[in-house]
Amino acid sequence: MNSAVIPAPDAGKAAVERRLYFRRTVVNRLALVLGCAAALFGLVFLFWILWTTLSYGLKGVNLDLFTKMTPAPMSAGGLLNAFFGSAVICLIAIVIGSLLGVAAGTWLAEYAGNKRIGTVTRFINDILISAPSIVIGLFVAIVIVMQFKQYSALAGAIALALLVIPVVVRTTDEMLRLVPGQMREAALSLGVPQWKVTMQVLYRAALPGIVTGILLALARITGETAPLLFTAFGNQYWSTDLLKPMASVPVVMYQFVGSPYESWQTLAWAGALVLTVFVLLLSLLARAILLRNKTSHD
Amino acid sequence: MAASSPAAALPAAVIDASRRAERDARADKLFRGLLAAAGIFVLVTLIGIALSMLWGGREALAQFGIGFFFSAEWDPVNQKFGALIPIYGTLVSALIAMLIAVPVSFGIALFLTEIAPNWLRGPVASAIELLAGIPSIIYGMWGLFVFVPLVGEHVAPWLNDHLGSWPLIGPLFTGPPLGIGMLTAGFVLAIMVIPFISSVMREVFLTVPTRLKESAYALGSTKWEVVWDIVLPYTRTAVVGGVFLGFGRALGETMAVAYLVGNSVKFTPSLLEPSTTIAALIANDFNESTGLHRSSLLLLGFVLFVVTFIVLAAARLMLLRLSRKEGNA
Repeated sequence: MNSAVIPAPDAGKAAVERRLYFRRTVVNRLALVLGCAAALFGLVFLFWILWTTLSYGLKGVNLDLFTKMTPAPMSAGGLLNAFFGSAVICLIAIVIGSLLGVAAGTWLAEYAGNKRIGTVTRFINDILISAPSIVIGLFVAIVIVMQFKQYSALAGAIALALLVIPVVVRTTDEMLRLVPGQMREAALSLGVPQWKVTMQVLYRAALPGIVTGILLALARITGETAPLLFTAFGNQYWSTDLLKPMASVPVVMYQFVGSPYESWQTLAWAGALVLTVFVLLLSLLARAILLRNKTSHD
Repeated sequence: MAASSPAAALPAAVIDASRRAERDARADKLFRGLLAAAGIFVLVTLIGIALSMLWGGREALAQFGIGFFFSAEWDPVNQKFGALIPIYGTLVSALIAMLIAVPVSFGIALFLTEIAPNWLRGPVASAIELLAGIPSIIYGMWGLFVFVPLVGEHVAPWLNDHLGSWPLIGPLFTGPPLGIGMLTAGFVLAIMVIPFISSVMREVFLTVPTRLKESAYALGSTKWEVVWDIVLPYTRTAVVGGVFLGFGRALGETMAVAYLVGNSVKFTPSLLEPSTTIAALIANDFNESTGLHRSSLLLLGFVLFVVTFIVLAAARLMLLRLSRKEGNA
């Protein structure tokens, strides 16, 4: 009886509700589809770029690539001097950068962390992580290259070290702060001086994390081009003199890929392939170290 | 006699111990000093970077004064330099990048936190992060070999035909089908910054308390409504922080842009014609420059550094605000 009285308004309301429900469902579906499309967009470009690097790069990968010097235009050659230069510059950069970075990170985590100067340093460091690398290159060019009027591998290494430092500072700081306070207190209560606690207890506990940071920093600097342009410059010949210009893979790529010579372009892509494989393997390795450490603690 | 030897040994041991304590204290002080020096070094570097470029640019600043920043002339032959064109190019290419990267990154974060099944989240997140690991010069090479011809043959003519005659935005999309220019550079920049923005968004989306989201689901909300009305408002400042972080990256990116933007220091309203950015101009000209030219480039570097510093500092502050809220909760 009751139900016979109400239906008219109820049906209208139900219709409105149905329409609203329909609209909400459509909007929801649309958002979910667009979300999937966005993820696909990212993946497509990842594989497209990797595929391009692989297909162009494989043409130039042969023994000559690793045994011959960078050639003059129109002639064949390899990238031996550039690989050597990159290795030397990056090695010096990672050694300087890691030492300074771990020290500064330890200072932040163990001594200055909660003081104002610690907060400010942490903030500045976070900005330096994302600072444009070309600006770092200009800085070293002004302070070192323009003063000595000489491009040098050492200046390039210092520029890259300045890129390593903030990455290592952050990971060292974060990893040391994850070490439980009881470990510090237990060691200190045995009368161990603080520097020994840091060196022998804290670093041991935080080592996988710190190594991960260093590997990630290395992955970042091996592909860096802009800071090397004005510092290490480039060198067509074999050179082991740290105080002279030195070739490096990214800079050679930059010069070669923009050239009209096909042999140069092929070499540039071969360099790109080797560089990409190296960098991606490094970041996978870094992730694996971190992951293994995480699971072993659980 | 038997008692005297331990009695004699005791002071020796005490002296020994106190000597060791002294030595330890000295070592501690030295250790602490070394670490502090390294920490201060980080601080000083930043100030050093800014000051060194200002110092290098003093000649240009003295010559052109404040007008340097408002002059559209860049003429190495007649030694006239103004920063307006490269500043304009830097801002516009970064803005194009953000217009593409922000919605896509949001979509990726949405996919990774709400849509994808659990087994898919890890691999897709890692793959997107791999994009951040690819060296920027390889983006530039890919852009030059693959993307530029594509834009030149297909996209630019289409834009010319369809958007070129529109009022207001028409001039942006008219130009020769070269494939290089701000649009191409901006698009490749977008791909480069997507991993940075999306990983920040994903991380902050995961900080939203589950009970907030579940309350909304219990009231009958759809996934989209939960994300739009619950997750986004909760993480708003941090999301904007992530966007600024990407913007800062896009402003200073050099090697990808240097191939794609065309390197022409003449003003053009078109996004399809060669143009330049601060970073690309410095990368191209610095080694060959002398005197006033070099000084002007250094002053441009100073401008770039100050602008990215402000953008990145704002980003950090906004990200800190969310983590502070987290800490208090």
